[in-house]
Amino acid sequence: MSAIWIKNGRIIDPKTERDELGDLFIVDGKIAEKPSQDILDTAETIDAEGLVVAPGLVDLHVHFRVPGQKHKETIQSGTAAAAAGGFTSVVCMPNTSPSVDNTGTVQLIKDIVDKEAVVNVFPTGTITMGRQGEALAPTGSLSRSGIVAITDGGKCVQNAGLMRRAVQYAHMFGIPVIDHCQDYQLSGDGVMNEGFVSTKLGLKGIHKGAEDIIVARDIVLSTHTKAHIHLQHISSKLAVEIIRRAKSRGINITAEATPHHIDLTDSEIESFNTNFKMNPPLREEEDRLALIEALEDGTIDCIATGHAPHTDYEKDVEFDYAPFGVIGLETALSVTLGQFYHSKRLSLAKALSFLTYKPSEILHLNKGTLGVGADGDVILFDPDETWTPKFRGFFSKSSNSPWLDRELKGKVKKTIVSGKLVFDGSEILANG
Amino acid sequence: MPWNRKDLISIEQLSAEEINTIFETADAFKKVLGRKTAKTPALRGKNVVNLFFENSTRTRVAFEMAAKRLSADVTSLDMKTSSTAKGETLRDTVENIRALQADIIIIRHSAPGSAGYIAKILDIPVLNAGDGAHEHPTQALLDCFTLREKWGSLKGRKVAILGDILYSRVARSNIWAMQKLGAEVTLVGPSTLVPKQFEKLGVKVSHELKPALADKDAVMLLRIQHERQNASAFPSLNEYKSMFGLNADRFSWLKKDAIIMHPGPINRGVEIDSDLADCSQSVILEQVTNGLAVRMAALYLCNGGSAEAAIA
Repeated sequence: MSAIWIKNGRIIDPKTERDELGDLFIVDGKIAEKPSQDILDTAETIDAEGLVVAPGLVDLHVHFRVPGQKHKETIQSGTAAAAAGGFTSVVCMPNTSPSVDNTGTVQLIKDIVDKEAVVNVFPTGTITMGRQGEALAPTGSLSRSGIVAITDGGKCVQNAGLMRRAVQYAHMFGIPVIDHCQDYQLSGDGVMNEGFVSTKLGLKGIHKGAEDIIVARDIVLSTHTKAHIHLQHISSKLAVEIIRRAKSRGINITAEATPHHIDLTDSEIESFNTNFKMNPPLREEEDRLALIEALEDGTIDCIATGHAPHTDYEKDVEFDYAPFGVIGLETALSVTLGQFYHSKRLSLAKALSFLTYKPSEILHLNKGTLGVGADGDVILFDPDETWTPKFRGFFSKSSNSPWLDRELKGKVKKTIVSGKLVFDGSEILANG
Repeated sequence: MPWNRKDLISIEQLSAEEINTIFETADAFKKVLGRKTAKTPALRGKNVVNLFFENSTRTRVAFEMAAKRLSADVTSLDMKTSSTAKGETLRDTVENIRALQADIIIIRHSAPGSAGYIAKILDIPVLNAGDGAHEHPTQALLDCFTLREKWGSLKGRKVAILGDILYSRVARSNIWAMQKLGAEVTLVGPSTLVPKQFEKLGVKVSHELKPALADKDAVMLLRIQHERQNASAFPSLNEYKSMFGLNADRFSWLKKDAIIMHPGPINRGVEIDSDLADCSQSVILEQVTNGLAVRMAALYLCNGGSAEAAIA
């Protein structure tokens, strides 16, 4: 029998609405009631005085680049970044090389996860073969091999007829469809948000309508099929309004927003810094504010990082040629606290809900709570400690963060996965 | 005012005083160009490298001739057939050229921000000869230098820029330059090529030719850039000509002594009738000549020269 006794922390569990000073117990990898004195006598103790004790964070949207692009990230480095950022469960996208459109690749990823991962990794499969948007991938077989959802990860199925069939078919297996909402005719070869800043800089724009029109399409498809569609990284104000209306009518959709879209706008691109290049692109202030409001009123369900590592040499090029995407696992908690808690918009518990039980419930992961019997995935963090992300200062292999050299507030001190300490505030202690 | 910049990347970054410093220096070099031996030793021993990643004739030749008039050694490279075509990054390319003892780099590139990007990498002057649809600072400087010659000052003058604004680096640089020098700028063209967003830069935007041209002191025409438009922004060149092409009738809507400008190359019979391009009020070829003096000034100042010394 193994036990951890976390003493004197501020224990916050948004799901059970627990917020109190006290102790938390993990016995044999599960959250437990106060155990017997015998067990307490042998328990590993952690002093959490002055720290928040919360459920391990859950991220529905990461790219770990394995198999195929180990130079950007590996399961080892990606899960280390997750642990350092307070994430104990992550859902990885299938846009690998080869892509996850077959059960063999799912098994390969699971084998690597078994060997290298320090946090829980949930793989997804593709919607279409090779993410080409032409023929359906074997959703049933993929589901049986252990994926938690299907998505063309980073790509959007353009053929509405095919998407309808994909959604209908996946619904049969109880597998949600996750979509990167973007109409390619409207987005064209844009590299940033279409607006005043793109007009001024002469960079090609990605029109917001490219997102809005697919969000609307997916809502129509969900309405007719009753299937669950999860909409990734919503960035536009109109998309928020469309989702709000659909949710009020009970349509089976959920949505996420990223830390960068709620914290930054396209004005950052005035410097042509490629660490602000992502897809969907950073939008305008009215969009950013709409996302914050949408998280507060539940229109958008959760925050997901879209953690997309690229090497520094890939980003060290002309803005047009840099790949889209930024990392986010190690900064997400700080940015979320900054926007919702330190800004005094929401309580700490409510802010944490976007990163804990809410994302978990979307994909039925059974994570993100400190309820008795739940998995012993716990983090300790100091909400007020300031720190500054530095180039090559991440646990991720990559440094393509838009918050480089910007002071953030909120630092993870310990990360525990299934009752095992994996991050102690400065280093990764073990792998799973 | 002294010139304290290593590079010339954008007009947006310049103050009106800095623009005038360039003009005063260009005045001096224009006099040099009028001499029998039209050459100065200002850049003797310097290696000027022209890196053109995009097609260009007049800008590349103008920079080359300007550098030669300053006695520099000039190497012009057509980068479409170079190592970048083999996959080398821009950083590696320019660092190699720097290692080959380049003293000044002039760059034209299709990517907005590319000139500023290499200026941050290199310790030698970088001059932007056009970065995508972002800026073309020496073009705007020569345009405004030409207007200044005609009017003495741009202050209080009204200029219409007509045509493909959205894809035009010339328009963006001229918007900055003309406004910094006190002129009022109106952008004219179809809504797909002249979005209202430009109004945030302080200019007027119009999609109607007649009110836009009325009372203007000059009209600058821009080429319709087919190569930058991957989606049709208007139905056809004929439709464009019928709605926005400058002909004699429409030219009469401007002030009587209005000036016609065009950065070239001209699509005769599309954005402007051929006769108008060649008429006495057209300064199109004067713009080209002034481009030499302005580029000499830019090269000289970025290399550490002073306006006073050039004038002396």
